[in-house]
This record gives sequence, C-alpha cells and structure tokens, in this order.
Amino acid sequence: MIVTLEDVRHIARLARLAYDEEGLLAMQGEMESLLSHFSSISALDTSQIPPTTSVLPLANVLREDTPHLGLSHEEALANAPEQEGGFFRIRTFLEERGNEETK
Amino acid sequence: MINPLLMQPAHRVLPLLQAGEISSAELVRATLNWIAEIDPHLGSFLFVAEARAMAHAQYIDKARQRGEEVGPLAGLPIAIKDNMCQRDTPTTCGSRILEDFRSPYDATVVRKLEEAGAVILGKCNMDEFAMGSSTENSAFQQTRNPWDLERVPGGSSGGSAAAAAAGEAYFSLGSDTGGSIRQPASFCGVPGMKPTYGRVSRYGLVAFASSLDQIGAFARNIPDLALAMQTISGHDPLDSTSLPEAAPDCLAALQLDSPRQRASGMLRVGVASDQLALEGLSPAVRRTFEEAIAKLAGLGFSLEEITLPHASYGLPTYYLIAPAECSANLARFDSIRYGLREEGRDLFDQYCQTRRQGFGAEVRRRIMVGTYALSAGYREAFYLKAQKVRTLIRQDFAKAFQRVDLIALPTTPTVAFRFGERTEDPLSMYMADLFTIPISLAGLPALSLPIGWASPEEGGPPMPVGMQLIGPAMAETLVLQAAYRYEESSGLHDLIPSCVAADPPHA
Repeated sequence: MIVTLEDVRHIARLARLAYDEEGLLAMQGEMESLLSHFSSISALDTSQIPPTTSVLPLANVLREDTPHLGLSHEEALANAPEQEGGFFRIRTFLEERGNEETK
Repeated sequence: MINPLLMQPAHRVLPLLQAGEISSAELVRATLNWIAEIDPHLGSFLFVAEARAMAHAQYIDKARQRGEEVGPLAGLPIAIKDNMCQRDTPTTCGSRILEDFRSPYDATVVRKLEEAGAVILGKCNMDEFAMGSSTENSAFQQTRNPWDLERVPGGSSGGSAAAAAAGEAYFSLGSDTGGSIRQPASFCGVPGMKPTYGRVSRYGLVAFASSLDQIGAFARNIPDLALAMQTISGHDPLDSTSLPEAAPDCLAALQLDSPRQRASGMLRVGVASDQLALEGLSPAVRRTFEEAIAKLAGLGFSLEEITLPHASYGLPTYYLIAPAECSANLARFDSIRYGLREEGRDLFDQYCQTRRQGFGAEVRRRIMVGTYALSAGYREAFYLKAQKVRTLIRQDFAKAFQRVDLIALPTTPTVAFRFGERTEDPLSMYMADLFTIPISLAGLPALSLPIGWASPEEGGPPMPVGMQLIGPAMAETLVLQAAYRYEESSGLHDLIPSCVAADPPHA
C-alpha cells in the first residue's frame, strides 16, 4: 500500500482541506498506515457478494406532496456568516483566476 | 453534596412528581445545583440551559396544578448530546466549525421528549462530530469518568454517559455510529442502548455516517432506559430512513418478563467463541464477561456457541465506510450558509482554510481517508469492497439468529483508559470499538449493561465492565427483557460512582 505525496495533495484538494507541506507529509504517513491496515479486507473473496448500501428493507420512500411551512427566510439566514438583502453573501469568484474546481 | 433524590430511579421519582410530593421546579433546581457543583470536575455539559429549564419546569408545575394533561415524563430533568438540535440553543457537535451555531428547529427526538414533558437541561460534550472513543476529540473540554477522574468516559457520547452516571440527569440521549453509546456506557457503569437502525428518527441529528448513525439513550437502570427508548422511538415522516413501525411499549414488556413470569429458559443466548479469542481483549474483562455468561446460564438462559467469522473484519470495514460517508456529509461545511468562515485568497481557498481551522485533527483525518476511499481509482478496492464485506458481516448475524434469540459479547476490549493514552495512535483508539462495530454494520439493536468490575492492566482501582446483549432487527423489547432479568439478579443498577459518593465530590 503506497500513498504518494501527490495522492495526498490531490485528496486534500477534493476534500477542500488546506495543508502545509509538513501537514501533507504527516498525513501521507497516517493514510499509508491506516489504509494498509484496512486493506486486510482485500483477502476476502467477495466476487459473489452484493454490496450493502443500507440495512433497511425500504426502497423509494415517498410522501404525499402536501404544503407545509418550512423555515422562514430569516431563520434560514440566521446562521450565515454574511448576508445581504435576504441572500447568503459570498465573495466574488467569477473575476478571479477561474474556479479551480473546473480545471 | 448530592440530593439523594437525584440518584433515585426515574420510575420512582415520576410518581412523586405526579402526586405533587415534589415539584418539577424543585427537582430541576436540585439538579442544576448538583451540576453547578460536580460539573466543574466532570465536564459532562457543554451548555446548561438553566433559565430555559427552570421556566419549563415551572410551566409544567402550573399545568399540573390546573389539572392539565402533562405527559408521562412531565418535570423529569434529562440531557441530550450536543449533536441534536433544540430550537434556539447552540448545537456545536464539539466542533469549532459550529461554535456559534444556533439550531433553527427541533430534532424529532427533542420534540418527542418535550411532548412527553421531559425538561431538557442542556447539551452534553462529545467527540467532535461523534468521531472518537474517549471524548478527547471535543474542541472545547475534556469529560472525566465518574468512577476515576483520571480516566476517559469513553466516546463519542462521553458527556451523556457521564451525566447519567453521575446523577446530572435521569437519562440522557446519545448517538451511536460504531459504538458511541455502548462503549461509554460500559466505561461509565451504566446501561446504554442503540436501537435497530431506523427505529429512532435522525431528523435534527447532525449527520456523521448516515447508513450507521442511530440515536439511543443512557440511564442508570433498565426500566428507565426502556422509558427513554419508548419515548423517542417510532416512525417519522421527516426521516426517509425511519422504519414504518410504531414505538414498542418497552415498559409493558418488562412487566411481562418479571422473574415470576415467562419461562426464561426459553431464551437462547449465543456466545461467539471466535470473538472472545480476538487479540486485544484484556484477560480481566474476559473473565468478568465469562462470569456474566455463567450467571445468564444460572438464570435459565440456554447458552449456544456461535461464530461470527467475518466480525473481525468489522474494524477495517467500518473505518472505510464511516469516513467515506463522513467525507460526503461534512462537505456541507462550506463557510457560506452556516458555521465558521475563514478568509482565503479566493473562494476555493476560503473553503480550504475554513475547514482546516474549523475541523480538528481526527475529523480531518477521517475526511481524508474517506475521500480517498471514494476517489476515482480507489473506490472499488476500498469503499465498494467494504460494502461487500458489510454484507458478509450481516450474513454472519442472520445465520446466528437462526439458532439463537440473542447474542452476548463484551462491550469493550478493556476498561476505561487514561487521558492521552491513545490519542497519538489512531488505530489504538479505533480498537476500543472492536466489539461494537460489527453490530452497527448489521444495523441491529444492542444494549450494554454493567456486569462487574475489572482492574486496568496497568493497575489501579477496578473500573466498570459492560456486556452487550444483541437482538435481531426490531427486537428491542426482547433485549431489554433479558437485560432486566440480568440486572434484577445482579443488583448492578443505580450504581453510585466514586465522584458522587465522595464528599467533597472531587476528592
């Protein structure tokens, strides 16, 4: 089981977590150790075994489409770090050097 | 000094409240006074809603005086874990990222408790986002074990366990994803129950791993635990993973099962010999467990040897599935809609800086492992593989339950450990959930109950040991019945921890 520093950098980007170089190195060691341990399950033959996504005997849970009150505008915005005119306020990103997610 | 009423069982105190021999305001005041005295040493609570609890108690007293219907738990002071929303109060999940968050609505369990008349005293400490086994991952404070203040209470619901054990609440709610109720229950010498997945609504519970999370409870005896469980159980249309089943009448089930009734010899209990052979089970805990098994036989239960051949793969399976789900659930902390915001160079950097500052080390570690397990190229080998092994573990239990009614397992491999003992090595911390995780993966109901004491391997005074009783899906009442029968014969209920018995309490 080898986790490279590039892997860790890539995963940190996907997870939206900032790490400095030292942090990345430490995380590389931890992930390598944990994932090596967890890969013990690869020894099991599961070729004929379906995955469990849920233990429930339920499928397609639907409800009546009846109107009901939800949170008010004020309640929904009450915990926002920044708001303006009834909207969540975020910083401008279109003028910046491109949304890196799309790269 | 504690008011002795606070260590009495809820089922004895409720009739006093109903008869007007004590008012709810007096009882809640006494509890708040005790919390003010003991909690600086224990650290169970992150937030005590003193004014709100007193106002609620006075409201109930007045309603009762007017002869109004006040609910079966009216006036009883209880506590909840800080990952359940109660309108207009903080819900931090033990995390900096939610430090200033106030719940805009009530969780379904909160609504049910308040409809029953319970007075919620406040929110209990926990490992951040319920990730941990010692409550040391709380961003705010340590919680200490009421039996030895130098030791951890377990986790992640450590605050709730300590609060119930030390008489700071008649019962408390916790949540259990891989053992977060049963393990601290075992460490703190109280019974604690995780129900069947889907039994209790998760609406208003902050999500960690959605296919595993379940709300349950701690109390100091089985009848009180049954009372708590039946109050919070039942179908909820607001949670699409809620089972369409009414709450079971757990208390009635206990009456039916009084020692004079029902042939206890009918129940078959499976003992998994392969699990007891697992490396990491301390000899002292194993001895205490084997004595408890012998006691079960003495009570008329018939013992059957079973095996759970894939249960030992539970740990790696869980620590791939739960982090994968957590990495998806915690993606919602985006610094925009609620929670902490740390400025960055641009919006992308703002996400990354916020999440680095707002999440603690263990939460970041799990997000990283989970993201890895879900990422292109690794998903099949890790996440999908773990989901398949989860099926094998479920099949083990299904097979065993063809032969037995219940399964008994130790709750934890060791007794409560010391602060800092396992924080440096994540795997050693994960090991604390060795025996609770397989049951969570199978979604089964399980209860941990006190069975005695064992000395820590490194020495020191004996600490509580718990045993899990596990049932097939939806068999909560059967599990409670068996636990009650054991409790009645063992006398191990309403235990008074050393920090409560000592005067002054912190001695």
